[in-house]
Amino acid sequence: MKKTALLFAGAALALSIASAQAATLRMAYDADPVSLDPYEQLSGGTLQLSHMTYDPLVRWDRSLGFEPRLAEKWERIDDNTMRFHLRKGVKFHSGNDLSTKDIAFTFKRLQESPDFKGVFAPFKALNIIDDFTFDMVTNEPFPLILNNMTYLFPMDSAFFTGNDADGKPKDQLVKHGDSFASRNISGTGPYTVSYREQGVKVEFDRNANYWDTKSPGNVDKIILTPIKEAPTRVAALLAGDVDFIAPVPPTDHDRIKSNDNVDLVTMSGTRIITFQMNQDRVEAFKDVRVRQAVNYAINQEGIVAKIMKGFATPAAQFSPKGYLGYNENLKPRFDVKKAQALMKEAGYEKGFNVTMMSPNNRYVNDEKIAQAVVSMLSKINIKVDLKTMPKAQYWPAFDERAADMMLIGWHSDTEDTNNFFEFLSACPNKDTGAGQYNSGNYCNPKVDAMMVKANTITDPAKRAEIMQTMEQVVFDDAGFVPLHWQNLSWGARKGVDIEPIVNGMDFPYLGDLVIKQ
Amino acid sequence: MIAFFVKRFFQAVVVMFVISLISFSIQDNLGDPLRELVGQAVSEEERQALRDEMGLNDPFLVQYVRFASKALQGDLGDSYFFKQPAFDVIMKKLPATLELVFGATVIIVLFSVPIGVYSAINPQSWFSKTVMGLSIIGISVPVFLTAIGLIYLFAIELNWLPSYGRGETTQVWGVWETGLFSADGLKHLILPSFTLASIMLPLFIRLIRSEMMEVLQSEYVKFAWAKGISPRRIYFLHALKNTMLPVITVGGVQIGTMVAYTILTETVFQWPGMGFLFLEAVNRVDTPLIVAYLIIVGAIFVVTNTFVDLIYGLVNPTVKLAGRK
Repeated sequence: MKKTALLFAGAALALSIASAQAATLRMAYDADPVSLDPYEQLSGGTLQLSHMTYDPLVRWDRSLGFEPRLAEKWERIDDNTMRFHLRKGVKFHSGNDLSTKDIAFTFKRLQESPDFKGVFAPFKALNIIDDFTFDMVTNEPFPLILNNMTYLFPMDSAFFTGNDADGKPKDQLVKHGDSFASRNISGTGPYTVSYREQGVKVEFDRNANYWDTKSPGNVDKIILTPIKEAPTRVAALLAGDVDFIAPVPPTDHDRIKSNDNVDLVTMSGTRIITFQMNQDRVEAFKDVRVRQAVNYAINQEGIVAKIMKGFATPAAQFSPKGYLGYNENLKPRFDVKKAQALMKEAGYEKGFNVTMMSPNNRYVNDEKIAQAVVSMLSKINIKVDLKTMPKAQYWPAFDERAADMMLIGWHSDTEDTNNFFEFLSACPNKDTGAGQYNSGNYCNPKVDAMMVKANTITDPAKRAEIMQTMEQVVFDDAGFVPLHWQNLSWGARKGVDIEPIVNGMDFPYLGDLVIKQ
Repeated sequence: MIAFFVKRFFQAVVVMFVISLISFSIQDNLGDPLRELVGQAVSEEERQALRDEMGLNDPFLVQYVRFASKALQGDLGDSYFFKQPAFDVIMKKLPATLELVFGATVIIVLFSVPIGVYSAINPQSWFSKTVMGLSIIGISVPVFLTAIGLIYLFAIELNWLPSYGRGETTQVWGVWETGLFSADGLKHLILPSFTLASIMLPLFIRLIRSEMMEVLQSEYVKFAWAKGISPRRIYFLHALKNTMLPVITVGGVQIGTMVAYTILTETVFQWPGMGFLFLEAVNRVDTPLIVAYLIIVGAIFVVTNTFVDLIYGLVNPTVKLAGRK
């Protein structure tokens, strides 16, 4: 009896020592995850959750390189095949062991997911060699295998096999409506979900059997509350009600910087904001000189300084710095005189009228940016009739190509240059889906040919050369109007060391977060 | 009395029908729900297939009849976002909103009656004049600004009260999740309640004041003074009772309006009630949830107005309810 009591006392002591270092993180994002199913929706919120509760095979490090996670190492066997070696001894939350069975299971779900199957279309097959080795086979030589593997978060195949209480398969992927996978998690990640009330609160507990014992992370509990209104989110941080918030609106940056109890971390992001000029609707936009004039008339640096309060990076191309296709020669070319001269040369000295549409709740300051562009274009006598609307109404209008100039922001799902071209500037083709978001109908077959070629070259140096040329050609053609890359921002209480765990993709690696006090 | 209720019931049914028809017909103008359900890179064909699957491509009448026949069986459809029956989702959030409205009502009653009566009795005192001046400001300041101001002062600068949310909640009778019975929950309730009350409080102070002043001029009050009845009895028994009649009418209507104002208050304070839920649903084009919310709020309006009519009859016996001869 005494012995048991002593044992308990010892255990209690051990526990209290452990919890002296462990910490709780109260955090607030602008929204909470839509679903617990990592493949229901390809969105920032889903990926943030996946990186907390699952682990990918490889993940991005801060310089856009690859860091091994569940895949320990990999090698190219031939042009179309890459072999992966799985980490051994990894356990799911359920206690099941990770093996290639789970990879195959997850890969199958990826190919069925409406949101993810596009990204995984280049893959022909997944071949299992043994329990810890598998090959990814592509149809053609494919340079972005590792990029795609950052999306492969192995799911617990044993846990998700069978039927739930309603008799529906547990692995069913439902876009609308209830499913087992949207309510249950069994991953390998640093956290499990212990409580969830959608739209109100999600609580995470540290996974006691987490494989990554080298992780410095000491947060054993996370409470995520969505706070939609930016001023309230900032107030909650300043009042000490939460420890960590994202995003921080540009207007509040100074307030957070000037406060001694909180830190602000910002980083240049990879989402490009652009305007497209519809050549099918406006005859004048068929003239390259007019398109160039529009580009010369717009002051990217001014927009960034005045409207974005410095919270963006002025752009002259799709690719942000760090992407293979980033062409460092391309700079914003604001020059009103030149713009006016080009308009005159093209015979549009007196200008013309166009319509413009922009969302007003999708991108940071989207409406104000559009208004600024309207006044800049008036300098070259282009009179703009601007209409702004909430994103829910904007996207159907965008699909109809309802205005002559439309604003769109884009983030490359593969963190690769080619994705921008495929969606935003490729010749629109209903059958292949190319140029799905090219409302300008800009079309240069030469660029398209290079784009297709770049997708089959596995040598990074050669790819970089081609993609940088593509950026140059589209720049010369003035195919669209690049504005800026939106920056990212996080705010945290002093002592919550977020600097090392945040990244340009905006999925903080919270498993590695260290709270000092 | 029964005839009154029957009549009210049929009125309610007509109101719900009209609301459902209107809310159902505006849904096409709200935007495309599919955009909120799928990622940006999903192709148009995929989206069309999903639309077909969800019946969004059917003609308006087909969709409405399908909705109405289910609604008659008590099924208002499933929320796209919550993946649960819209009715259940709203009912789960209803207590939070009602508690907020309750908190604001308590504040309004506690402050408006004494202040209104005092300033009617002493219209020339500096206190009355200050209150009247402040109430003008109170009416004209937007709720959003009031809320941010209160958060800034009491949460950030003084650090007395929490800045957002509902705090700790407890379950009562298994169904009612409430913040009223814990210190933390009550602390969280203070700022949102004052914010919500700030819209109505000035209105009620002014209303009670002017009604009371009018009553104090009436013959029967003069007669009471002449009879030598104590001032307290005159003010609080004879005068106040007659003052309250129009106040109750306005109050009944305003409680309904207050439910509508919860949308703003809840959004700023991240209060997990149904007003915030509604705003989010509009942003996400979660049409089943929007329609269900409008129908339920319509029901709340009908019920509160019925109660007001009943209470009116109790306070003033000369008022007859419809149907009673």
